[in-house]
Formats: sequence, structure tokens, C-alpha cells
Amino acid sequence: MGFSILDELPKLVWLLIGVAAFLAAIGCLLFFVDRGPRTKYEWWQASLFLAPALILLLLGLVYPAVRTTFLSFSDSRGENWVGLQNYTWMFTQPLILTVLRNTLLWVVFAPALATATGLMYAILVDRRRFESLAKSLIFMPMAISFVGASIIWKFVYAYSPAGDDQIGVLNQVVVWFGGEPQLWLLNPPLNTLLLIVVLIWVQAGFAMVVLSASIKAIPDEIIEAARIDGTNAWQQFRHITLPSVWPTLTVVLITISVQTLKVFDIVRTMTGGQYETSVIANEMYAQAFRYGELGQGSALAVFLFVLVIPLVIVQMRTNRRQREQR
Amino acid sequence: MTSTPTPPVGGLPAKAPGKTVDRSRESSAARVRKRLSTTAASVVAVVIATVWTLPTAGLLISSFRPEEEIKNTGWWTFFTDPQITLRNYGDVLFGTASQGQLASYFVNSFVITVPSTVFVVVLAALAAYALAWVDFPGRDWVFLGVFALQIVPLQMSLVPLLSFFSEGVTVAGVQLMPAWDLQGALAFTNVWVAHTIFGLPLGIFLLHNFVSQLPRSLFEAARVDGAGHGVLFRRVVVPLVVPALVSLAIFQFLWVWNDLLVALIFAGGGVETAPLTVRLAELAGTRGEEWQRLTAGAFVSIIVPLLVFFSLQRYFVRGLLAGSVKG
Repeated sequence: MGFSILDELPKLVWLLIGVAAFLAAIGCLLFFVDRGPRTKYEWWQASLFLAPALILLLLGLVYPAVRTTFLSFSDSRGENWVGLQNYTWMFTQPLILTVLRNTLLWVVFAPALATATGLMYAILVDRRRFESLAKSLIFMPMAISFVGASIIWKFVYAYSPAGDDQIGVLNQVVVWFGGEPQLWLLNPPLNTLLLIVVLIWVQAGFAMVVLSASIKAIPDEIIEAARIDGTNAWQQFRHITLPSVWPTLTVVLITISVQTLKVFDIVRTMTGGQYETSVIANEMYAQAFRYGELGQGSALAVFLFVLVIPLVIVQMRTNRRQREQR
Repeated sequence: MTSTPTPPVGGLPAKAPGKTVDRSRESSAARVRKRLSTTAASVVAVVIATVWTLPTAGLLISSFRPEEEIKNTGWWTFFTDPQITLRNYGDVLFGTASQGQLASYFVNSFVITVPSTVFVVVLAALAAYALAWVDFPGRDWVFLGVFALQIVPLQMSLVPLLSFFSEGVTVAGVQLMPAWDLQGALAFTNVWVAHTIFGLPLGIFLLHNFVSQLPRSLFEAARVDGAGHGVLFRRVVVPLVVPALVSLAIFQFLWVWNDLLVALIFAGGGVETAPLTVRLAELAGTRGEEWQRLTAGAFVSIIVPLLVFFSLQRYFVRGLLAGSVKG
């Protein structure tokens, strides 16, 4: 059975109906908004404008988050209260401890290295010829899905037995230097580090773009003054660039850290979480949706949430401080 | 250093020739040093750019090589022995189900992404407008609540949200919403709703930043003319925040098109609703050595976001700088 346009037609029809119905509903809403009762406070208008979004958020985020928290204290079917059992399971099972260790490795390496690479590149190409082209090259992976990125890198790590032609770049380089080709993705903990490379590859572009904007915001007079004082490149970086971009740098670091904590697609596509590469988000999916362990899956989700909270609080604070300075 | 008063440079050379020579020697040494460091900087930049581009280039080149070549020789041999074929793309797009049948999944990705983007942009614009300009008590608290929702990882809502669709909503024994047992193309609705929910907090926040910065006088003038909020929203606000709407649309589009997790749970794995990402992840798992399919398949899924990205890069960057990164 191959591709046939007839099989696809119902999908496209439903797409049109869905969008048309939605826009019609919004049209009605905007029509009635100006025909409500006139009151001191604009309750009628507020509720019409806000109701669709707020109902969706209450039903789809607020209630589920509360429910998941409850589920994390109940058994696999979500029916009986089991107290802290899921949490003790989480911190005692060797399998889950490996998952937690891997998540730690991700958070330690990915944000720092992606930000460092992005910062270095932003400085190197700043005000040079071909700057925008050079930036596009690093930035491009941002548009690629994690699944696509994973396939790209799986191909880099591909293995053929020694003696055969290598098809993966990494093993070819190893062979050129006289080494033995490796099954890169099968050996922990190196395989986790190689998966982290994929995230760094994607996120460095983000760090680079945001930091580059911040570098360009440094006033010319300051750089000029430093040059007259005879500072070298390192001193200029250490005493001018770094302090100026520091607030942005923390925001970038934290943003990437939050992304890193939730990383799922890369692990799932490259190893499926096997060979000791699983991380919290992947394990949460496996427990809740593959093994039907709702309690354990929910406990992992809650733990992820708890890890994210302090990061976001710091981020909000930095954001507010920056806004106040402006 | 800065405290020493610097003499005016103007008439110096005539007065102190010795010093000038000194200074020019120093500056030529500095120039050499500077050129060296610029060269080193260029080399490092080129190395990074190469490392960042090579993996994608390798995959792109491979996708056009014949199956036998891909599986037995490195893609770099293409430069000494170029062989080009479009067969991989033909097979993976229009071939049998086991070859990928990606054309159907491509349609699915499209059908999932377009409504999920439209819904979020429109609903977020409405909500952002109300939170910025409609007068009602408790407005700031509602905004704070929506703002805070950005930190909830979507993992927290997956299990209960899925049960809404499969079992309906029951409050105190009363069935408020029946189970959505949607079949065939109608099953896309689940994914639309899920993506819309997950996109709203960031969307509202981002648009609120823009909408709330419009000048107050604009609204006062229109109110004097007797315009209501509906008219104001359509005629005044929307045209003024078009760039922000485009930014949000690009982000949501890329996010939904590239998403794997939400699709896995709410779209299932079948050819009827699953998007490209789900199918590719599956092929990478079950047919991990079939590189002729994976390389071409990966590019089928990458090409759309790349086109969107390169044609609208300006808006994308502006959105990034406004803080639109979804967790």
C-alpha cells in the first residue's frame, strides 16, 4: 500500500473545518463583545476575551498539575493512596538512580558548554566580515527538530567493524589516527556525554544570538576607551565584555538548563533510554505511558517540576532587575 | 593610567620626535600582534563553524547517494566518486508502509501544525489584550497566574489531560464532558487542543509584553469616538502588533512541527494522525541501519522549518530576544 492522495483528503478537509469553525467562533465573540451590558467594570468584555484561554489553561494545566501531584502519592492505577512509596522507589532503585545521575550530567555539561561556545563564537565573529552568514551556520540547528538532530548525530556516531570502510565521521577520524572504531552509543557513561553533544549543538546557536545582541549593546565609547588604554583582547573580555553581558549570560544559562532538564526527544531517538542513557523526562514517559505505572511516572514528573522551580525563580528575578535598570 | 592627563595630540610630532618614533614602533608591534590574534580568531571561528555544519552536510549529501554507497562508504567519498540519485526520496515519501510512507506523515505534520499555531496566536492575542487594556478588578492577579504557569513542565499535565480525552470530565459524579472517542481524521482535534494549551502561557506572556506597551492615548482617542473593545482590538491593536504575532506564530509553528512528546501521547503512532517526528523516531529505532531512508527522511522533516526559519529569521531573532523560549 503506497501513498494515495485520497487517503489524505479527509485530513485536509478536517483541517479546513477546524480552522474555519474556530475563526467563526472568534468572529462571533468579537461581535458580541461590544453588545454587552455597560457596567463600571468591564466584566462582560473581560470574560469574553479571557474565557477561551483561561478555561483551556485551567482544564489543561492547572487541574492536571494538581491531579499529577496527587497521583504521585498513589499506586500504579492511581486508585489507592500509598504515601511516599513512589518517592522512596525513585531514590532507591538502581535503575532510577542512574537516570538521576544522567540528568545531573546533562545539567552540568550541556548549559555551560553550549553557553561558552555561543559566547566565544559571538565574540569571534563580532563586527567581522561575513558575520551574519557565520551566525546563520551556528544558528541553523535551532530550527531542526531534536529528532532530526538525533538522526544527524547518529550518523556521525555510526559504526562499521574494523577493517570495513567507516560511514560515521567520528569513527573515520579515530581510524585516521590509528584507533579502533567504537560502538559509541553503547558504552556508558561516554554515550550520555555524546548525547549531550547533540543538545549543545542545538542550543549554542540560541546562546550565540542572545549574547551577540548583548555584546553589540556595549557602548562604543567604553570599547574605544579601553583600546586607548592599551588593553589586550583578554583584558577587554575579562573587564568589559564579561561584566556587560553577565545578566544576559545567567538568563541564557538558566533557560538552557530548564530545557536540559526536560530533554526527551534526543534520548528517545538515539538510544531509547537503553544502555544507561535514560533521563527523567524519558523515564517519566516510559513509566506512565509504556508500563502503565501512573504513580511512579507522576512522581518523576513532580520531581522534574521541583527541579525546575528554583531555576525559573532566579530567571524571573534577573529579568525583573534588567527591566528595572532600563 | 586614565588619571594621567593626556596632552592634545595635534602638534606633538614636532616637539618630541623621539617619542613619536617610540610610539609608532609600539603600534606596529601591536598591529602585528593584533593581526595574529585576528587570524587565530578567524581560525577558531572557522573550526567551530565547520564542526557545526559538517554533520548536517554529511546527512544531506548522503541522502542523495545510492543505498549501497551510503551503507558501505563514508559520505566524504562522494567528492572523489560522485553518484547522485533521487530514489531515496521517492522511496521514503511514496513507497510502501515499511519504507516510511513519509508523504502521509508529512500531511499529518501539516494538519497538526497549522491549527495549533492559529489557535494559539488568536487566543493569546485576545487574552493578552484583555490583561492589558480591559478594566476589571483582579486583572494583575490573573496575569500573574498565567505568567506563573510557564514554569509547569508539560510532563505534569500529560496523564490527566490524556484521561480527559479518553474518559471525559466528571465532577462529583456528574459527567460534564463525555469521552472524546474521535476516530480517523477527527482524532487530530486532541493534538490541536493539547498543543494549544501548552502554547498559551508563553504566547500570552509574549504578546502582553507588546500589547501593554502601546500608548494609552491611542485607546483614549478611540474610546471618545465610541469604539468598543471588540472594534479596538480588531482595528487598532491587531494591526499594530503584527510583528509580534508573526514572531509568536513562527515559534509555535517550529515548536509544534518539531515536537515529539505531545504527538507521541496525543496523536498515537499510526499513519492516520502521527506526524513526521514520531515516524522518524520509530524508523531510527526499528530500522536504525537503513541510512538511505533515515537520511532522506530526516531532510523531509527538516526542510519545512529551515525554510520558515531562513525566510523569517528577523522575526525569529526578535522573538528570541523578547524571551520567547518555551520550556
